[in-house]
Amino acid sequence: MLIVKDLHKSFDGADGPVAVLRGVDLRLEAGQTMALTGDSGSGKSTLLHLIGGLDHADSGTITLDGSDITALDDAGRAALRRDRIGVVFQQFNLIPSLDVAANIAFQARLAGKHDRDWTDRLATRLGLTDHLKKYPEQLSGGQQQRVAIGRTLAAKPSLVLADEPTGNLDEDSGARVLELMLALVEETGASLLTVTHSQSLAGHMQRQLHLRHGRIDG
Amino acid sequence: MNARTTRRALLGTTLSAFATRAMAQGFAGLGTASDGFARPTPGKTFRFPEDHGPHPDYRIEWWYITANLEGPVGTPYGVQWTLFRSALAPSGGDGGWDSRQAWMGHAGLTTPDAHFAAERLGRGGTGQAGVSVEPFEAFIDDWSLAGPTLGEVTMRAAGADFAYDLQLDADGPFVFQGDDGYSVKSAAGQASYYYSQPFYRVSGRLMLPGGEVEVTGRAWLDREWSSQPLSEDQSGWDWFSLHFDSGDKMMGFRLRGAEDFTAATWITADGQTMPFPDGAFAAEPLETSDVAGREVPTRWAVRLPGRGVDITVAAINPDAFMDLGFGYWEGPVTVTGSHGGIGYLEMTGYG
Amino acid sequence: MIRAGLTALLSHWVRRPFQLVTLMLGLATATALWSGVQAINAEARASYDQAARTLAGPDRDTLVARDGGAIDQALFVTLRRAGWQVSPLIEGRVPSPAGPLRVIGIDGFTLPSGDLPVTDASEPGDVNMAFLTPPGLLLVAPGTQERLSNADDLPQRQTAEGIPPGVAYADIGIAQTLLGREGQIDRLVVTGPPSLTAPPLDEVAPALARRSAGGGNDIARLTDSFHLNLTAFGLLSFAVGLFIVRGAIGLAFEQRRGVFRTLRALGMPARTLLALLTAELLVLALVAGLIGVALGYLVASLLLPDVAATLRGLYGASVDGTLSLRPVWWLSGLAIATLGTAVAAAGSLWKVAHLPLLAPAQPRAWARASDRAMRLQAVAAVVLLALAALLGVTGGGLVVGFTLLGALLVGAALVLPIILHSVLGFFGRGAAGPLSEWFWADTRQQLPGLSLALMALLLALAANIGVGTMVSSFRTTFTGWLDQRLASELYLTAESEAQAEDLRAWLATRADAVLPIRSSEAQLAGAPGEVFGVADHATYRDNWPLIEADAAVWDRVAAGEAVLVNEQLARREGLWPGATLDLPGWPDAPVAGVYSDYGNPLGQAMVGLDRFDALFPEAPRLRFGLRTDRPEALRTALIDEFGLSGGNVTDQASIKQFSLDVFERTFTVTAALNVLTLSVAALAILTSLLTLATMRQPQLAPVWALGLTRRRLARLELWRALLLAALTFVVAVPVGLVLAWVLLSVINVEAFGWRLPMELFPRDWVWLGVLSLLAAGLASLLPAIKLARTPPNELLKVFAHER
Repeated sequence: MLIVKDLHKSFDGADGPVAVLRGVDLRLEAGQTMALTGDSGSGKSTLLHLIGGLDHADSGTITLDGSDITALDDAGRAALRRDRIGVVFQQFNLIPSLDVAANIAFQARLAGKHDRDWTDRLATRLGLTDHLKKYPEQLSGGQQQRVAIGRTLAAKPSLVLADEPTGNLDEDSGARVLELMLALVEETGASLLTVTHSQSLAGHMQRQLHLRHGRIDG
Repeated sequence: MNARTTRRALLGTTLSAFATRAMAQGFAGLGTASDGFARPTPGKTFRFPEDHGPHPDYRIEWWYITANLEGPVGTPYGVQWTLFRSALAPSGGDGGWDSRQAWMGHAGLTTPDAHFAAERLGRGGTGQAGVSVEPFEAFIDDWSLAGPTLGEVTMRAAGADFAYDLQLDADGPFVFQGDDGYSVKSAAGQASYYYSQPFYRVSGRLMLPGGEVEVTGRAWLDREWSSQPLSEDQSGWDWFSLHFDSGDKMMGFRLRGAEDFTAATWITADGQTMPFPDGAFAAEPLETSDVAGREVPTRWAVRLPGRGVDITVAAINPDAFMDLGFGYWEGPVTVTGSHGGIGYLEMTGYG
Repeated sequence: MIRAGLTALLSHWVRRPFQLVTLMLGLATATALWSGVQAINAEARASYDQAARTLAGPDRDTLVARDGGAIDQALFVTLRRAGWQVSPLIEGRVPSPAGPLRVIGIDGFTLPSGDLPVTDASEPGDVNMAFLTPPGLLLVAPGTQERLSNADDLPQRQTAEGIPPGVAYADIGIAQTLLGREGQIDRLVVTGPPSLTAPPLDEVAPALARRSAGGGNDIARLTDSFHLNLTAFGLLSFAVGLFIVRGAIGLAFEQRRGVFRTLRALGMPARTLLALLTAELLVLALVAGLIGVALGYLVASLLLPDVAATLRGLYGASVDGTLSLRPVWWLSGLAIATLGTAVAAAGSLWKVAHLPLLAPAQPRAWARASDRAMRLQAVAAVVLLALAALLGVTGGGLVVGFTLLGALLVGAALVLPIILHSVLGFFGRGAAGPLSEWFWADTRQQLPGLSLALMALLLALAANIGVGTMVSSFRTTFTGWLDQRLASELYLTAESEAQAEDLRAWLATRADAVLPIRSSEAQLAGAPGEVFGVADHATYRDNWPLIEADAAVWDRVAAGEAVLVNEQLARREGLWPGATLDLPGWPDAPVAGVYSDYGNPLGQAMVGLDRFDALFPEAPRLRFGLRTDRPEALRTALIDEFGLSGGNVTDQASIKQFSLDVFERTFTVTAALNVLTLSVAALAILTSLLTLATMRQPQLAPVWALGLTRRRLARLELWRALLLAALTFVVAVPVGLVLAWVLLSVINVEAFGWRLPMELFPRDWVWLGVLSLLAAGLASLLPAIKLARTPPNELLKVFAHER
């Protein structure tokens, strides 16, 4: 379960600090899926990064499964990303020097949770079995995103974060990737928080939140 | 002209004290300092053969012979043989390397269409150069003027491409220039001791690139020594030694300076001398030639009214330039006009 | 159009000033090392030439005593009076507070004016007298005058132009007194043709031999080996620097592909584009070249004093410790910078010329190495290395030697990325964890971007190992050889043959052995050489450094049946044991052995002493080697009893010490150049890593996002650089050793006629390995620190932005 309370974050801009998040509250139950929508600059990606332990908040708390992650140091946040959270980005998810098989297994192995059967099953489900020896740059955008999803779920995280996971894909492959992702997330029992500006994508989620000027709207 | 630097570059400007007759015209600071050296005074009694030898207490001295010669078919030739002595200091060593006596030889050979010149340098004390009196020998390297006496000498010199070997026999007396051998060189009174032997008969051979030539003719010796012969403003001179067909001889010079200074001596065929004071002798250039890049007068109007002399003196070979450490013109001439004859002309300080 | 085009092209440098700095730095350092070494060489050569000229060396004939001894000055007068245009010279060393001063006595009256030094004195007349008359005057170079400022025992000094350092000119009479050799001269300079009537020389002075002009600027020949080494170093440094330039230019061109394409699409002809780029490069090359030449001047002026000391000590060659700016040197520096830029940019320009208008604009400079490129590179490397191997086997000629050197180094550089690729792949397959797997794979992926810098490092390391091995081998060989050749404890030179006889008689009971050393100049195989007479003594049998010999070689030499030749002669003429050599008066003398003879440009033969006497009866009998166990006492006694000067009795220990001191100074220079070359390589690594840093973010960000701290990543980056440096070093060791072998066994043999045995110095390698790790570590430290401090949102941009 994810609980966010009164989260603030600002960045240094040209004319002094710019407040991006101005007191966000949010609650996501285990196994639940949620879409976070908002205009460009509404702070939705920043919120995702803070929850994912990729950056640290100025104030407020983020509690994941009962532990406060805002208090973690750099190393603690790295462990959090490795062990408990999976992130799928819009693009450049993959490690270019590793082949598909190694990319899929990477996070799970890093977290010490590698389960070969599960990984193989994931590859099959994602339709990647013919591409395991290829390198990311040899794959199409949709294939790359499927590898990213596979890598995320191979580690069986309790929370999956996705930042415009289909933003770089055409409609057809976007739909297929989304479908696969939702099915597999459900299978692992993880929660899913997706940042998107696409209403059709948001419509596939159980809940939707709208972010405006750094606050949850409504 | 006074400040002319030489091409000999040791120690900045020059081994400056080498005396050439050219240098005596003010080259290389000779006109300036003579402290500690003996000075010529009037009334000297010359003693021979001792005075044929060197006078080391005087700064500069020379044994200077010019000869007008003729080949078998009448071709005119000119020969010069000169040994200069220069004392580098008024006192000090006279033997070994640190001898204060420096010596320089110049040899020239002029034909109507060629001119050869060579130079030798050395110092006294090592046996490379010197003058002894009895028997007489003046030498530097392989060049020598040697005989039982100065009146009867063999004269030899050679360069890389010419040589001569001549026998000189005097058939007249030594004659004294100026006031019984005291020769005044400027209105301010600078002077030298100066005597001549203009009565040599010459025979011998020349070695030229084209082969050997037997020659006969006349020669003229000048002996001169001094310590400060020039006035500071004097820049060069024109010196004539002429053998007239009559048997008479004439020596005349013009020192060019702020005021020209001239002097002359008329020498009769039997050796009587008649000196002429400043102004009596006149020499004016009629024509110049481009010689080794310099404009040098090679045709002169010469007058000595006191003896009815009004002649034209012309170079046999205008290219007779002695292009050596110190450059000057020295070569045989012909004489026409009131008197006919031959002679030698030396000019310094042009260009 | 041109103006607009230029603006578009040049704006790149404004946007990426660091790339500009890299390019300039690479080119400037390359030029600096090259031109620094050239400056040192030029300065040294100018000094030799000056010395040779003012000593009336190569362009005037000289007359020397056939017996090699002094000439009576009376003979000078005899020659002059015979019409020979000669001028006497005497030469020797006198002690001074600043070390031995070489005094050259001249006769200003008979030496041509062009050969005479020109003083800066204001009163030349005074100088004349002071120079010619006791106590005399020494004419010296300004630097020498400074060094002699407190030499109160010497005559007064006067500065003059055109005098080599460490040399004083004096009047010959003064010099004779200073050297204690009144009435003697060493040689006569022929200043001009003799008089037309002069008799031939052998009638006038049969004891003199005429040595013709150009008969050898021995110093120049001797020091050639030293300068060759410096030049080789300079060239290698330059090559190392060019890798930086190649990298920077390649990157700048790749990143501007889009601009090139746009310009072409907008109607600029390819020719104009090429011309603009060429002009741009030319300007950059000239500016960098100027900076480089200035830096080179600095390098040279810092190194020159050591070089000068080495040359002075090793070969007695005078080189001033100060540097003068020579226009030729500036120009050659600029030329080499331009040439280097041209070489480095040729590939990039070619690509621009053939740029297809519709090709993707995506920079691919750091893309995964394509198999095709790797294969091409491998083929080129194999061809070059095969060529090197072929040349190494067939040999022949200095040009071939240098071609071999070039093929070897370029081949090795090309093969390096392939070797590293395979090695990293091998390690990657054996990797256990996901992180190490990633580490190896990622390192391998960095290779194309880093390979130029690594090649530079390889060249620098190989050069260090190669030249270091050569120099150290030379030192070991040379010191060993000194021990052998200088077997006698004392070396004695008598002033006359009569004195030599007295000395022999006196020494008979006081020394363990008196070994005559006699020599004569002779034509050997058509070239000037020396013949030595050697006594039959255990000293030679036990010590003489024979590198090849027949059985009973010493018996045959002692019996006058065979000769020994030095290595130079043996190699040049193929005179190994079994061959024959024509000696004057001994045609077809059998060669029984070959000995090493370092530092001597002349051919040499050794003959048994009796046979030597028969062949060269006129050779002087002045020199001896003395065996004794009390060298000091004997030396003192000789000086006291016979009034010999210290210079006539030399002890072995001081000669050896002198030689070794010289070597230590030589190493100072070598070491300095080593460090400089390595620094350039480190700079190449640094600039490559910094350039890569921004491109690496997409590669590192996912790993970071998946749960690695930035510190950890930075540490891995550091390890990566160290690993690559270490692997490069491992490859460099064999390359360096082959390089050393080429230098010792091919280049030295061709250039100087002797082959040096190769010795290995593993301890030097360890030190060099540490140094290369240090260089790589330092170079990667800055990029690593930058990475550790990258703000997270900087890394996050990777995922959000279209790149």
